Amino acid sequence: MQNRWTAFALRRGTRLIISLWVLVSAAFLMIHLVPGDPVRAMLGPTAAPALVDQTRENLGLNDPLWEQYLRFLRGLFTGDLGTSITMGLPVSEVLAARLPNTLTLGLLGFVLAICLALPVGATIAVATRKGRRRGLELSFASTSVVVATIPDFLLGVALVAIFGVTLELLPVAWTGGAESYVLPVIALAAGPAAVLSRIVRVELLSTLDEDFVRTARAKRLSSRRIVLRHALPNAVTAALTLGGLMLGTLVASTVLVENVFAWPGLGSTVVGAILGRDYPLVQAIVLVYGTGVLLVNTLVDVVLALLDPRSTIGDQ
Amino acid sequence: MRLLTVLRTPMGVVASIILVLVLLTAIVAPLLWNDAAEARNTANLNSGPSAEHPLGTDVLGRDLLLRTLVATRLTVLLALGATGVALGLGILFGAAPVLLGHRAGRLAVSAVNIAVAFPGLLLALVLALILGVGELSAMWAIGIAGAPSFARLCQTLVASVAERDYIAAARLAGKSRFRILLRHVLPNIAEPLIVNATIAAGAALLAFAGLSFLGLGVQSPSYDWGRMMMEGLDRIYLNPIAALAPGVAVVIAGLAFNLMGEALARSLSTPRIPVAWGMRPRRPYPQKAEERGDGEPADHLAGPGHADSSEPAGPAAYPEAVLTLRDLRVSLPGHLGCLTPVRGISLRIAPGEAVGIVGESGSGKSLTALAAAQLVEEPLAVRAATLKFCGADLMLRPQSTRDRSRYQRLLGRSLAVVFQDPMTSFNPTMRIGAQLVEGMRFHDGVERSWAQARAVDRLGAVGIEEPERRAAMYPHEFSGGMRQRAMIAMGLMGDPQLIIADEPTTALDVTVQKQVLELLDEVRSASSVALMLISHDIAVVRQVCDRIAVMYGGRIVEELPADRLAEQAQHPYTRALIAAVPDMNTDLDEPLATIPGRPVDLSQRSAGCPFAPRCPLATQRCHEQDPALIPAGDSGGAHRVACWHPVVDAGRAALAEADRSAGEPASAEGSELS
Repeated sequence: MQNRWTAFALRRGTRLIISLWVLVSAAFLMIHLVPGDPVRAMLGPTAAPALVDQTRENLGLNDPLWEQYLRFLRGLFTGDLGTSITMGLPVSEVLAARLPNTLTLGLLGFVLAICLALPVGATIAVATRKGRRRGLELSFASTSVVVATIPDFLLGVALVAIFGVTLELLPVAWTGGAESYVLPVIALAAGPAAVLSRIVRVELLSTLDEDFVRTARAKRLSSRRIVLRHALPNAVTAALTLGGLMLGTLVASTVLVENVFAWPGLGSTVVGAILGRDYPLVQAIVLVYGTGVLLVNTLVDVVLALLDPRSTIGDQ
Repeated sequence: MRLLTVLRTPMGVVASIILVLVLLTAIVAPLLWNDAAEARNTANLNSGPSAEHPLGTDVLGRDLLLRTLVATRLTVLLALGATGVALGLGILFGAAPVLLGHRAGRLAVSAVNIAVAFPGLLLALVLALILGVGELSAMWAIGIAGAPSFARLCQTLVASVAERDYIAAARLAGKSRFRILLRHVLPNIAEPLIVNATIAAGAALLAFAGLSFLGLGVQSPSYDWGRMMMEGLDRIYLNPIAALAPGVAVVIAGLAFNLMGEALARSLSTPRIPVAWGMRPRRPYPQKAEERGDGEPADHLAGPGHADSSEPAGPAAYPEAVLTLRDLRVSLPGHLGCLTPVRGISLRIAPGEAVGIVGESGSGKSLTALAAAQLVEEPLAVRAATLKFCGADLMLRPQSTRDRSRYQRLLGRSLAVVFQDPMTSFNPTMRIGAQLVEGMRFHDGVERSWAQARAVDRLGAVGIEEPERRAAMYPHEFSGGMRQRAMIAMGLMGDPQLIIADEPTTALDVTVQKQVLELLDEVRSASSVALMLISHDIAVVRQVCDRIAVMYGGRIVEELPADRLAEQAQHPYTRALIAAVPDMNTDLDEPLATIPGRPVDLSQRSAGCPFAPRCPLATQRCHEQDPALIPAGDSGGAHRVACWHPVVDAGRAALAEADRSAGEPASAEGSELS
């Protein structure tokens, strides 16, 4: 028993560390992959050669590559991520100010998506089982396809146009208050909720045909208990695998949604940083996003292992 | 061209129409309106919709409708370009195992596995920084970002093809790896690739709109829908349509590609069934309402001369049976009329009695068990003249919720069911103990600790060692035999009167089979629980049961006390089953005895005895009339058989036939289900 868990932790931990190393190295190499002179590309063709040399010196680009790499790694562990070129502030300060806003937005979006998808998917599954209520099934299928196709930023713009501009019910951009969370969180959650609820429905339908559900029926439990206690936990494992992957894309979605709502998070920062070729800042933000995605994926695996002891542990 | 079959589905037609319209606009609009879309109307900056400008104008007074239409070309081209990049790179990486051999291929696989974990937009952002901001670098960025998922798909597809014979043959013939890829692998995985590329084109279009919207894609003075949205958002208070109209265009075009991909996927993977649509069941269910209406259930089992013989057999001394089935039918209403896999079973099980039901797969024995246990689900329908369990009439629809829960409680406590496959019959996410106590806690509301103690006690009673520790384990930590024991323990939690065991040993090892059977037998004799044991193995049933019902084609063809089985079985099918069981004297050099022919096909049933096609004694009459289940000569009602030519003695079969066929009236059974 203990061994299996240790083996699982070891295997999953190794994978995480390798992925992190790839991510860090990719972030480091980014600046060196820029065709031509990255500093010239940053400052433009008209910049004085002296300034270009100075900036190159400041970024440490004149040192041997391995020395730069070591310095980069050391910086990661000491929290010294360099100085933002466009903002003139230490990158770590920028992150400290912006990251919490992005995190709150992303988490709220994820929670809302789950809270919508589970009950809706489960209800539709139970209601349309064995080909009943064809109409409901059809309207659910088409609605969820359309909602899933609308990109989050477009939904954000539409929400702004309707609730912000026309109805003037909610703020169109970040104000810091709770009401400014409503529209961006909905914009973030709608698409994932639609996709997830479809998955929940399909998974629950197939789980309801499993033998152990028949065993539960043989105990003459109420159908509510059969669905909630027996079928749903087993259906959710599959839904969660995909939901976890979607959490990764949700991280990316915050970039766009933040730009719609002028949200002072990492997403609105990174665009300016890319346009200004602020290499240290982009590196840091990419690292944060990438690490976030990797951690989420690992977390999903762990939760899956806890929920379904068969699946992750033991085999593979 | 197989891809064109997509046009036969409504979804495919809709998707095709939208897609063609989008592509037409992409081609035609820039030719017609390119200049008009650039024309500035300085008197009309940032205006809302008007007759002159249906969607309003932008910051320089240019018409937004025309600009949206003209932008179609650039948007679609860039999306297709990005898809092309993704597809090309994906094929290169995905085919690496074929191109580079195993070791380098493995490396490519793990590289792809890592890359797939990162969201595409993130990659696109990084690439936008490296390659610089602009439409071409954005195209490459989105293409590269989409490549990992294509690579993974491609790897899977290639792996499925690579082992086939013709690839091996080409390899042996010394063809180059690249040539093998082009000539032999790619054509065989083209269809799924095309389907996924179509869907990916939609995704690329949306992603591109996102990048342009951020200002990292198309740069001024060029414009695509994403860039128009960005510009529109700045002036959303002046004209919300300016931001929304290009967004709607994005959704329509994206949806067109998506739907097309979905429709292609469906039409390619699902084989077409010619008459699937609009087909109504011609005969929903063979109506016998008039027979049911008069309160005297019609007797389909017996011919006119044997009205009483459908009374379930068994010693008449049983005052109250645990389970009484009379004329139980399970049917499946469907497109092709109505199939009836169980057609008229009558059976009575007395308290403490063990009754075995034997038959081949498809004989309806498991359905009979499920129907008796009230576990048959839609679309199957159960009907019976009588279905009584412990005195409760289960065919009555419970009128109130109180009645209903009373029934459920009775069944939950007193009817134990042991299913065929212990591997799949436990909930894998719940501990064994929790699954045992659940029913009891639900019906009786007893305390958790008390129920838990009982569960441990029951697990011990069925011979599970260290029951306390075992109760805290998950099903996957149990062996098959142990799970079946736990399943029996679950049935013993309440106050069982009847255990219905549906092939309880089929999925188990031979050595474990015996133990489980012995356990069932033990449980029965210790607590005088009745047992209904379903099995295809007549030897298993004979070992445990007092009485045996042999089923064939959805009917009981013979029912007899177990001790009569070896010598006095009369139905040719029962005889054949017994003959097929090898014993110590079986000559191992000879092939084992089998019953020639195939089990009855429900959809092609004739009027006669269902066994007739395989029966060595069958005559014309057997093919035309279904025999009724009637008491066999000297048994006093305990032995019943449904046969025109019962084998009273194997050597005198022909004589018996002559006796019987003389004055036997015809059965009504034959005509009802054809």
